[in-house]
Amino acid sequence: MIGALIAIAPGPYVTIQDQGRRGWRRFGIAVAGAMDLDSLALANALVANPPYAAALEFAHVGGTWEIATKACRIAITGGSFEVWADGVALAPWRSHTLRYGQRLVIGGARDAVWGYLAIAGSFDIMPRLGSSATHIRSALGGINGCRLREGDALPLRAARLFVGAERQVAPPSRPPGPLRLVLGPQQEFFTPETVEAFLASTYRVTHRGDRMGMWLEGPKIAHARGYNVLSDGLVPGCVQVPGAGQPVVLLMDCQTVGGYPKLGTIITADLPRFAQIRPGGEVTFTAIDIEAAHQAYRHHHNMLTRTAQLIVDVPGT
Amino acid sequence: MTVEFGDAIAPELNNAVIGLDIALAAAEPDGIIETVPTYRSLLICYDPLETSFVQLVSEVRGLLARGLPAQINETATWRVPFVSDPPFADDLPEVAHRQSLTEDEVISLFTSVEYQVYMVGFAPGMPYLGGLPDALHISRKETPRPQVPAGAVMIGGIQACIVPTIVPSAWYTLGRTPLRPFMPDRQDPFLFRPGDRVRFRRVDVGEFERLARLGTQALLSMVRAAR
Repeated sequence: MIGALIAIAPGPYVTIQDQGRRGWRRFGIAVAGAMDLDSLALANALVANPPYAAALEFAHVGGTWEIATKACRIAITGGSFEVWADGVALAPWRSHTLRYGQRLVIGGARDAVWGYLAIAGSFDIMPRLGSSATHIRSALGGINGCRLREGDALPLRAARLFVGAERQVAPPSRPPGPLRLVLGPQQEFFTPETVEAFLASTYRVTHRGDRMGMWLEGPKIAHARGYNVLSDGLVPGCVQVPGAGQPVVLLMDCQTVGGYPKLGTIITADLPRFAQIRPGGEVTFTAIDIEAAHQAYRHHHNMLTRTAQLIVDVPGT
Repeated sequence: MTVEFGDAIAPELNNAVIGLDIALAAAEPDGIIETVPTYRSLLICYDPLETSFVQLVSEVRGLLARGLPAQINETATWRVPFVSDPPFADDLPEVAHRQSLTEDEVISLFTSVEYQVYMVGFAPGMPYLGGLPDALHISRKETPRPQVPAGAVMIGGIQACIVPTIVPSAWYTLGRTPLRPFMPDRQDPFLFRPGDRVRFRRVDVGEFERLARLGTQALLSMVRAAR
């Protein structure tokens, strides 16, 4: 064995994630994968991994980890997380080389929910249905499909020997402003006035949420003709409106089919930004058409490619 | 992109969905990531870097204009053994009471028909079964049961299902089967496909326990009639 990363006191919600599973939704298997795919890709880029190599994802707090390999390079992204190695503060959004026995403590961030710890070479774990992404409800991916627990030893894959300077990158730019969504496919369940009122309102991100979906709180959305749709396909980003009229935004672990009317879908380019909004944060929405959504997707893709190209050496390392 | 064929649970709508799914898979247009066939609509997930909405709409229109495959290929028929005695049939007394039937009448009605798998989803490999006799149509519970075990055979609304993994559910448990719709360690982890037919066969507790001890392969060869 090359070595391991040991969970000494992991945060309350740490899982292994990658890009998620593709091609299995037709069988009821959620996509899963990182809530903030941009931050996952950048963490991996900092340690010279492929963009969507498996990494640790943690909610709010990362916890304490121990390095049980001779030396390794790590990087933490997602937000301005407070990080220490044996009591010495480390900056996020850059790589660090740690040695055997060092303890890594990952605290919280004021500007994010989801954090990522990538390690050069990634983890040596068996993919399930083509992905290492943990989906707890299906008991798939990661370590037995579970959250990581105290005492877990995550085996490491050999990294290309990485000598030379540490690397750093600026966090991806995420201009504020309304979240963009494409209306439908169940618009007939809402009157035009209702949709207009929704788009003019401010909603608050609540504490009621997880990797499956996030409940918002704000002006009640009225249904024009009940709230039971014949169950049909769902994707991350869908804005469902259950009976009580408060919207739920579905996220990476969302079920594959569902029976509440869908008012719209937040565009893929804006989903990482939405996922990182902390409880209590406010959001507004703006409707765009499908062509504009695709343009935003291409723009986002290019932006991310450019950001990855902006990874630079840390002077003096 | 969602292609809707209607707004009902009906074999002809579901067949159209499955037909388009098959036709699309055969045509292999660029940029399609995956599709999700449901009762009456097909969800098509695509990569906007490789195709466009307009392009896909035109592909789909073309396939529809050429006519969809009438025969759904490769469907299987399953004879699913299940036990409906305590402690495996938590909600059978309530169903009997609500429907003004005896428990035996509920089970003989339930086993009297052949069901069609309309879609697979919600949980890994979970089949949504249509064809439930009218006398068993029942509105969902107000409060879902937080944990229904794998193998539970349930009814809710006008449908039935077989539970693959522990799920919360507002449906009613009529019994338990040793079959698992989702077996992650098998090469093909999913038992059911849309279009498959399912019949239920009541067994007693002793037979259930005997079947539960059989290996997966032996059990599958007993319950699969054709594919």
